[in-house]
Amino acid sequence: MAHLLDVENLQTEFHTSEGVVKAVNGISYTLEEGGILGIVGESGSGKSVSVLSLLKLLPQPPALIKDGAATFDGRDLLAMTDKEIRAVRGNEIAIIFQDPMTSLNPIMKIGKQIGEALELHMGMNESDARQRTIELLNHVGIPMAEQRIDQYPHQLSGGMRQRVMIALGLSCNPRLLIADEPTTALDVTIQAQIIALVRGLQEETGMAVIWITHDLGVIAGLADQVIVMYSGYVVEYAAVDDLFENPRHPYTLGLLSSLPEMGDDETEELQTIRGTPPDLINLPPGCPFAPRCDYVIERCLAENPPLTTVQNPADPGVEGQTAHLAACWVNVDTGQAR
Amino acid sequence: MPDSKQMPERDRTIGKKALLEVRELRKYFPIRKGIFGRETEQVKAVDGVSFDVFEQETLGLVGESGCGKSTTGNTILQLLTPTSGTVRYDGVELTTLDGKKLRQMRQHIQMIFQNPYASLNPRLTVSQIVSEPLNTFRPQMSKRERQEIVQEMLQLVGLNPAFINRYPHEFSGGQRQRIGIARALTLDPAFIVCDEPIAALDVSIQAQVVNLLRRLQKQLGLTYLFISHDLSMVRFISDRIAVMYLGKLVEVADKDTLYNNALHPYSQALLSAVPVANPKRERNRQQIILQGDVPSPANPPSGCNFNTRCPVAIDRCFVEEPALREVETGHWCACHLVD
Repeated sequence: MAHLLDVENLQTEFHTSEGVVKAVNGISYTLEEGGILGIVGESGSGKSVSVLSLLKLLPQPPALIKDGAATFDGRDLLAMTDKEIRAVRGNEIAIIFQDPMTSLNPIMKIGKQIGEALELHMGMNESDARQRTIELLNHVGIPMAEQRIDQYPHQLSGGMRQRVMIALGLSCNPRLLIADEPTTALDVTIQAQIIALVRGLQEETGMAVIWITHDLGVIAGLADQVIVMYSGYVVEYAAVDDLFENPRHPYTLGLLSSLPEMGDDETEELQTIRGTPPDLINLPPGCPFAPRCDYVIERCLAENPPLTTVQNPADPGVEGQTAHLAACWVNVDTGQAR
Repeated sequence: MPDSKQMPERDRTIGKKALLEVRELRKYFPIRKGIFGRETEQVKAVDGVSFDVFEQETLGLVGESGCGKSTTGNTILQLLTPTSGTVRYDGVELTTLDGKKLRQMRQHIQMIFQNPYASLNPRLTVSQIVSEPLNTFRPQMSKRERQEIVQEMLQLVGLNPAFINRYPHEFSGGQRQRIGIARALTLDPAFIVCDEPIAALDVSIQAQVVNLLRRLQKQLGLTYLFISHDLSMVRFISDRIAVMYLGKLVEVADKDTLYNNALHPYSQALLSAVPVANPKRERNRQQIILQGDVPSPANPPSGCNFNTRCPVAIDRCFVEEPALREVETGHWCACHLVD
C-alpha cells in the first residue's frame, strides 16, 4: 500500500533571544492510508511542533524548519507556498487542538464556523452548508443540533466544544486527521466519549489519524503504530503491541514502569525516571536521555545513537507488521552494548 | 441524607481514630444578577458531604472537574466559609473558631496546591518561601534556627540545600512542587490537604512526587486528604477513596473494595473510563461510556443527581434522593439500586 504521509529528517528550531531552541531534531516516520499513529512524549519533547511544522502552522520566525521533507500523497508539504498549503489544510488534512475554547472563534455561532469551512473548501452555498453542518453535528453526537447550530462556543461544555472541533475537522472529509492532545483538557468520562467517537469515525471513513498525547493509556487503546519522542528525537518507533510488551528504549521502559497499573497489585514505590529533561538550547553531546538513564555506558555520553532496527517484524508479509526501531546503544535485556 | 449520628460509630470499626470529621458540609455560591446584584440562584458546589479521615491514613477524594472536590478541601481548611455543616479536627470544631484561634489551628493543617507555578511567590527566594510560616508562628525563633529548619526541610523533600537562595523560576515544575511541600511541612503539621498536587506535572515527574509524599507520610506520620481526578494515582497513594459527583459523595470505600467492587454506577463508569497502558487489555475490555455531560451545579436534577447520565436509572431515581448508606462494613454508597 502507498504511504499517505512520509516525513523525512524533519528539523525545526526556534530562534529566541536566549539562543536556538532545538525542538525537533531530525525525525522520520511514515503513515499508511487509514493508519493510526500515536506520538507520545512529555512537554517539550517536540511532539506538537513536529506536526505543526508539517502544516506550516508555526510563525516563521521565530520558528525555522531547518531541513526535511514531508511527502503527503506525492506532494512535499514543506515546499508548498502559503496558498498551496492553505488548500491542503482543513481540506485534506484537518487538525484538532487541545483547547477547543481557544481554537473556536468566541464571537461566531458554531454553525457559521463549520459552514464557512464548507463554503470555502467544498464550494457549497449557504443553505446546503447549513444542512450539512446539522448532519455533521448530529454525527459527532451533539444532541439537538438544529438548535445548537445557532449557539456560541461559550454556551457549550468542554466535551461539546471538542465535538464541534471534530465536526469542523471532518467537514471536508479529510484523508488525515491530526489530533493534538484533544482530550487532555477533558474529564475522563468525556475523554472516553471522544476517543470512542474518533475511533468510530475512523473505521467509518477510513481516514488516517495522528494522535498526539502524553497519556500512554490513550495510545494503547487507539494507535496501530507509536512514536516515542524525547528532546526532539524519536527514541522508539514500533507497532503498539511491540512497544508496550517489549519496550527497547530505557526512556519508554521508564515511562511505562512509572505508571501505577490499574488492576495490578500495588507496589511499595513507583519506579521513577530521575532528574529532568535537558534544556533544548544546550542539548548534551551524545544521547539526550543519557543523564537520566540507568543503562548508560560511556559511548552514550559521546555519541547520539541513531534510530535503528532492533527487531525485525515477525512476519514481514503481513500488512501493518513493521520493524521495531529504537535509538539506544544498549540492549536493555542484558545491559550490554548491542 | 447520611445519618450523621450513626456514621462515626460505625466507621470506627476499622479500628482507627478519626482525625477529621466532616458532617453535612455545604458550600453554596450565590449567582447575582441585575443592577442591584439580587441573588437569583445558588451554585451548590458542595451539597451535604460527610466523611471521616482517620489518623495517618490517606483518603483519596476523586471526581471530575466541577464536582466540588477542591471546594470541599478549601471549605475544610476554612479558606472558604461553609454555608452549613461541621468540620471537627482532632476534637476541635473549626467552623465556629474565631480568627485568632483558627490561625493557630492552621499550623496543624496545611495545604499543597495544584499549580506549582502560581502557588510560589516569584519574588521570594526558596529560603524565604519555606521559612515564611515560621515568621508568623515562631516569631521568637532566631535567624540561625530558621535557616537550619529550612535546610532540613529541603533535604527532607530531596532538594539540594545549596539552592536556598534561588528563586522559583530557576526550578522545574517537579522541583517547585517539592518547594511547596517543604513549605507545608515547615510547621510540622499532622494533616495535609493535597489539592491535585501532581496534575500539572509530566508523567515521569509525577511518580517522583507521589513517592516523596508517601515516604513523608511514613516518616512523619502524616494524614492526607488527597484530591485528584487521576484514578490510577489515587489508587496508588490512598487507603480509602471517596467518589464525588455534583457536590455529593456517591461512594466511600477502602481502595481495594472500590477498585474491585465499585457499587455506584458513576464509580463504575469513572473507573472504566480510565485508559490502561496495555493494548491487549484495552482492546478487549468492556467500557461503560456515559452519555451526556455533568449537569450544572446551579440547577442539579431532582432525585438522584446522577439520573441524567445513569445507564440503569429507575423511576424512583427521578423522585427520591438516595442516601449515602453503609452497605457493608466501611463501604458506603448512595444508590437506590444497591441493597
